[in-house]
Formats: sequence, structure tokens, C-alpha cells
Amino acid sequence: MAGAKTHDYHILPPSIWPLVTSFSLLASTGGGVMWMHEQPFGQLICLAGIISVFYCAFSWWADVIKEAHAGDHTPVVQLHQRYGMILFIASEVMFFVGWFWAWFDFSLFPAGVQVTEGEVSLVEGTVSAMGLGQWPPKGLEVIDAWGFPLLNTLILLCSGTTITWAHHGLIHGERGGDLKGFWGMLGVGSNDTLKKGLWLTIILGLIFSSIQAYEYAHAPFGFSGLNYSAAFYMATGFHGFHVLVGTIFLIVCLIRAYKGHFTARQHFGFEAAAWYWHFVDVVWLFLFVVVYVWGGWGAPVHGG
Amino acid sequence: MSAAAEHAHDDHHDADHKPAFFARWFMSTNHKDIGTLYLIFAIFAGIIGGALSGVMRLELVEPGIQYLPWVATVLHGGQPDQTQGEHLWNVLITAHGLIMVFFMVMPAIIGGFGNWFVPIMIGAPDMAFPRMNNISFWLMIPSFLLLFGSMFVGGGSGPGAGTGWTVYAPLSTSGSVGPAVDMAIFSLHLAGASSIMGAINFITTIFNMRAPGMTLHKMPLFVWSVLVTAFLLLLSLPVLAAGITMLLTDRNFGTAFYDPAGGGDPVLYQHLFWFFGHPEVYIMILPGFGIVSQIISTFSRKPVFGYLGMAYAMVAIGVVGFVVWAHHMYTTGMDVNTKMYFTLATMVIAVPTGIKIFSWIATMWGGSLTFKTPMLWALGFIFMFTVGGVTGVLLANGGVDNYMHDTYYVVAHFHYVLSLGAVFALFAGFFYWFGKMTGKHYNEFLGQLQFWVFFVGVNVIFFPQHFLGLQGMPRRYPDYPDAQTYWNAVSSYGYVIMAIGVLIFFVNIAWSLMAGKKAEGNYWGEGATTLEWTLSSPPPYHQFETLPKID
Repeated sequence: MAGAKTHDYHILPPSIWPLVTSFSLLASTGGGVMWMHEQPFGQLICLAGIISVFYCAFSWWADVIKEAHAGDHTPVVQLHQRYGMILFIASEVMFFVGWFWAWFDFSLFPAGVQVTEGEVSLVEGTVSAMGLGQWPPKGLEVIDAWGFPLLNTLILLCSGTTITWAHHGLIHGERGGDLKGFWGMLGVGSNDTLKKGLWLTIILGLIFSSIQAYEYAHAPFGFSGLNYSAAFYMATGFHGFHVLVGTIFLIVCLIRAYKGHFTARQHFGFEAAAWYWHFVDVVWLFLFVVVYVWGGWGAPVHGG
Repeated sequence: MSAAAEHAHDDHHDADHKPAFFARWFMSTNHKDIGTLYLIFAIFAGIIGGALSGVMRLELVEPGIQYLPWVATVLHGGQPDQTQGEHLWNVLITAHGLIMVFFMVMPAIIGGFGNWFVPIMIGAPDMAFPRMNNISFWLMIPSFLLLFGSMFVGGGSGPGAGTGWTVYAPLSTSGSVGPAVDMAIFSLHLAGASSIMGAINFITTIFNMRAPGMTLHKMPLFVWSVLVTAFLLLLSLPVLAAGITMLLTDRNFGTAFYDPAGGGDPVLYQHLFWFFGHPEVYIMILPGFGIVSQIISTFSRKPVFGYLGMAYAMVAIGVVGFVVWAHHMYTTGMDVNTKMYFTLATMVIAVPTGIKIFSWIATMWGGSLTFKTPMLWALGFIFMFTVGGVTGVLLANGGVDNYMHDTYYVVAHFHYVLSLGAVFALFAGFFYWFGKMTGKHYNEFLGQLQFWVFFVGVNVIFFPQHFLGLQGMPRRYPDYPDAQTYWNAVSSYGYVIMAIGVLIFFVNIAWSLMAGKKAEGNYWGEGATTLEWTLSSPPPYHQFETLPKID
């Protein structure tokens, strides 16, 4: 009969969140400009905008979860979500390509700059900064790649296994169990691999971020005035931001796991978080090899 | 109707039931309404972008600076000042470029026609992510507000960002003190996010929501064009985001990405910008290719010649378009072997493009041609894009470009492929689909009149600019030697002719919306074979609740 629905797609009712998110971003960016230029209320508007963006994200995804529970996420819709997440991650890969491009531009074609007692200057004899450079810049001490960076690499790789273990547990119905011992205190059943794996992954992620924060605070080079610093901090910094986002995503999954949202057959939110986490891990592997190991090869190591 | 039948009819969702005004237009999850919003936005932005170029052509009618200082006082108050006037020139050309690229062509061709017709052409009821579709639109408003607002705050030697649409360092870093360039950067961030999300939406929709029986090789060519465009957006925009974020940190947080004093490299910015910038020009033209294919086929009453060649030519253009960016950088001091590579790779793109031109001609060969307004625009496109394309092949030569770079020859080239390419495709699509979108016929006489007036106008504006470029007139300059007066004056008079054409366009829209005859489902006849012509004009609010079966 005319009008009988033969498709399984998700036709959505109107939603306020795109509009509100857009104007929240206007406040964040406009306020950000005001803040950077020391205009009154700039900081306030920027932070209010950012908080509003978080609120919008929370509300939008809360709606998505409601729609999942209402049965709107048919198999084809779940397929769409998979495509969407993969394509998003592909765009994020290209974002990091930009930052690695800067790093390779500086490291393969080093400019003739040097660091003397914290001050950046052109190497003597150069009219421009081209030609007489070395990489890392002369006078710079690098972070020992085989210290905390190596530890962080192992931490993230381990966290990749714990999230996979969690996924395995979810798929194979390893849930529930008695609340015994330390896990029991966290409300995690002795058989609940999903929650255990998620907790471990989150903790490893937080340890990673803490170590990075420590390294940033104790780094032998500053942030401004030097190409090495700019590329190092912005590449590792954006990575750190993505780790924080990924950690938040995993925490949301943990909360949802406590609420019983995931089933063995339908748990795309968890899968998306796991994919994102693996992506963050792979970016770190590239950073470790390209920035810490290769980038610091042969340079004096701080504290070494 | 019996009670049982009535109840059954109410039982399921009425396919034409529309939400109340605010929900419908500010909270939309409907691809057709969002497409309409994009088209209205693009027309509005186009008026502003076009007005800016009008001021520019006015200043260039005669050598010397006549109007800029005065216009600057109108905008910003104070006394007429030469430096402020000249800074305003840089702001005008920057705003004109950014508005036309990001707020006119892209929203109209991808957001407008893409959203309206990709789902219908593949037999889908909407896009894969209808709500994310709406944020892609609404982000354009803050983005535009940031850019527009930037014109009124400090940007160096006057208000506004005077960097060119390319925003090169170090002019955009140490050379532009004040909030204007930061606002322009954030404007690009938001527009970029809008387009990336749109790309995710189109790719997911096209790969997964085709009606039963519609394989990829049965999709209309317009859908192919949007698919390739979406991949270009997805992969190139994030690199722009990285590059402009580096501008932001250099400007405000002391980083040394582009500052040679800290070992930074201004040419790095050019690489990052053009790695995006070159795919961007294909982003602007590929959907136009798709529209032209649909229209040539309809008005020749023949399927497009060489469907696979057409589809994969677009794929080839998209792929090769990623490895030619440095042809925008020939004068930065690059190694001659590098120059040779980019010259070769750039010329390669002319091959698939040529395949398309010849295929459109072959489509018309032996066809039954009618010359309604959309067909005029499509034919004009083929002719004019070819002109712009051949000057592009010339500019592709690194050696020749040493002379032509940053001259009016380049300005002429890209305006031929844009104002006489992309814009012609936009008008073609607009008239082709006007009845389908509004349910009313446009006025055919005004349509034809506008085409000819506009065609003459834009050719008079831009053809002489080839001569000016050959004579060495630099681009982005508000003044020129007396000897270059003649062609500059001719070009400016062309603007007036074009503007009359635009006025005729608006009269046509207004008249048609108010008094146009009702449009049937398929008002183009047997040549119109894609799925939108099987629906009413306009289509129901939700179409294809029952998916069509394709054989």
C-alpha cells in the first residue's frame, strides 16, 4: 500500500542541538579571539562557550543513546555509524599528517638556528637561517626517548590489549559475577571482563597523560621561539588532547557499562571508543619513532 | 472512506506532514529543507561577495586611487587616509575570495544541490546522518559572522584581514597585528568542520543508502561527482586546519612554525595551504561536472556518452589533484627537478578533464537537442571551462609561470574556471531544478535573457585580464601604470553588464516564486531519467518511504 515503509533507515525528528552547538562554537572562538587580545569578558565568553559545547555534545549523544534504546539503530544504521566513525578517524589521521609535515620540514631541512642558554639565535655565518643547520638544533638537549617515552609506548600498547580484552569479554558474555575483593569495591563482578578491561584501559590512559604532563613541566626546552619546540609540543600536544578525548570516551563507556547499556550483539559506542583508542595508540607509535627516537638521534640527552 | 481504511491511513507517518516553523527551519533533519537553507545562504553571501568585487572594479576603472580611502571612512569612520585605503584593498580582495569560495560556491553546489538531490537520485529517503547534516549548515552562520566581523577589527595597517584568501605567513603572522586574522582563522576552522562532517555524511549515504538494484555503476554522474568531492574534502581540509592552527599559535603563543628567526619556514605554510588548496579547486568544480552531465543528457535526450569514462575521469582528477599542489609555489625557489615533476603531474590532469569535455560533446552528437535555459548554461560551461582549462595548462608550466605567477593572467584563469565554470554550473543546476524544488516554473524568457547578458558581462570582465597579465599587471594591486588603463576600464564596464544580468536573475526568481506556473513532476520530458523526475514538484517532505526498485 502507498506509504508503507520498506526501509530500515533512521528518519530523525527535529533537533535543537546542531543550532545550539554552532552558536556555542561561535562563543568559544569569538571569545577566544577576545581573550587572546585581552578584551574584557573574552575569557568568560570563551569558557562559557566551551562549557556549552560540552553540554551540547553530552545532550546530542544522550539523544543518540535514547534512540538506540528505542530500537532506531537497525543493522543498516549501525553500518552507517561504523562508516561515520572510520571516516572521521581518517580525517583525524590527515590532521596529524599536517603536524608531521611540519616536523619533517624542520628535521630534514634544518634551519641554521641554535640554542644558547635558553636563547635562540641564528648560527654564525648565516645570512638567512638556511643552510647551516643541524637537527636537533645545536645546543638543544632532547628528552631521553628510552626513558618515559618508551614507558609511555609500552603503556599505550598495553592499553590496546586491555581494551581488546574488554571487547572480547563483552562479546562472549563474560559479565556479572560476585563482588569480591578490590574489583568488588568498584562494583565490578568477578566475571565482568568488560568493566575490568575498561577500568584498566582508562587507568593506563590517565597514567600516560600524567607522565606526559610531568615531561612537559620538566622538559629541557621551552615552547616558544624555536621550530623544534613548536613542532614537538604541538604534535605531542594534539596527541595528548586526543588521548584525553579518548579517555573521556572510555569513561562514558564505563558508565554506560555500569548502567547495562551494552549487549553482546549491539555495542557500537564501545567499538567506536575502542577504534578511537587504537588510532590514538598508532599516532603515538609514529610520534615515538619519528619525534623521540629518530628526531633525537645523536643529540645530547637531558640529564644524560 | 471506511473507518478501517481511514484508521489505516492515519496509522503510519504522513509523508508530507511538516513540522512547525521553528522546528522546520532551525532544527531541521530534512535534506531538502537543509538544501534550501544552504541555497538561500549562498545567494546572500554571493551578493556580498559580488558587491565587494564591484567596489574593486570601480577602483580599477582608472589608474590612481580614487575611492578606497573614502570607502574606508564610510566603513570605519575617521578621515580619508591613503594607508587605510590601501589596506582596505587587501581586505576587499581577501573577503571577496573567502566569501565566494567558502560561503557561495561550496554551500550552493555541495550543501545546496548535493543535499537536495543526492538522496533522491539514489532512491534514499534522506541522508545517513540527518541531524549532523544540520550542524554542517548552521556552522556556516558563525563562520560567516566571524569573517564578516573581522572586517571591523584591527588587522595590521587597518581594520580587517588583508592577507589574501591564501593567508600566507609572514604577512598573516607578524604582519597583521590585531584580532582580524585570528577571527578569519577561526572562521575557516568552523567552515572546515562543517565541510568535513558533510563529507562523512555524503560518503556514508552514497555507499550505503542506494536503492535496491542501484549499483555504484548505475548511479547518476552527479552522485559520483559528489562522492569524489566528499573524499577530497575529508582528506584535504584537516591539513588546512593544521596549517592555520600553526598560524594561530605563531600569532598568539610565540611558536616558530613560520618565523625564520626561530628556524621556522614560511614556505611550510604554503605547502600546507596548497595541499588543501589544490583539491579545493576540484571540490568546487567536480559537482559542477556532475550537474552538467545531468543537464546535457536531459536536453540531448540521450544518456551521457561513456558513463564509466566519465565517472572514473572524475576519480582520476580527484586522485591526481592531491599530488600537484606545488604548481602554486613555482616562484618560491624550488629545485628545477621538483618543478618539472609538478609541471608534468599538473598537465596529466588535463587528460581526464579532456575526456569529459569530449564525452559531453559526444553525448550531444546524434541527440535531440533543445536549448532551454539550463542547457544554455551547460553549453556555456563546456565552452568557458575549456577556455579556463587551457590557460591552466599554460600556467602549469613552471618556466612560464615564473613570469605569470601573481599576475592577472592567473586571475583570468581562475575566474574563467570559477565565475564562468562553477558559477555557470550553479545557474544551470538552479534553472534545471528550480521547478522541482519550488513547484513553480521559472520565466524562460528572463532565463535566456539573463544568460546572454551575464555571458557577455563575465567575458568582458575576464577576457581582457589575460592581456593585463601578459603585460605584467600584478594581482592584488589597487593601482596600475597608465599604459594598462584600457583593458582595466573594459573589464570594469563588463562588471556593470554582469550586474545587470544578476538583477535580471533576481527579477526572474521573484516573479517565478510569486506568479510562476505550477510545475509537473517531470517537466523536462523523456530526457530526464533520474529519480527526482519521478516525484512531484516539490517532492513530498519524506520521499521513498517505500524504496524504489532499480533495474
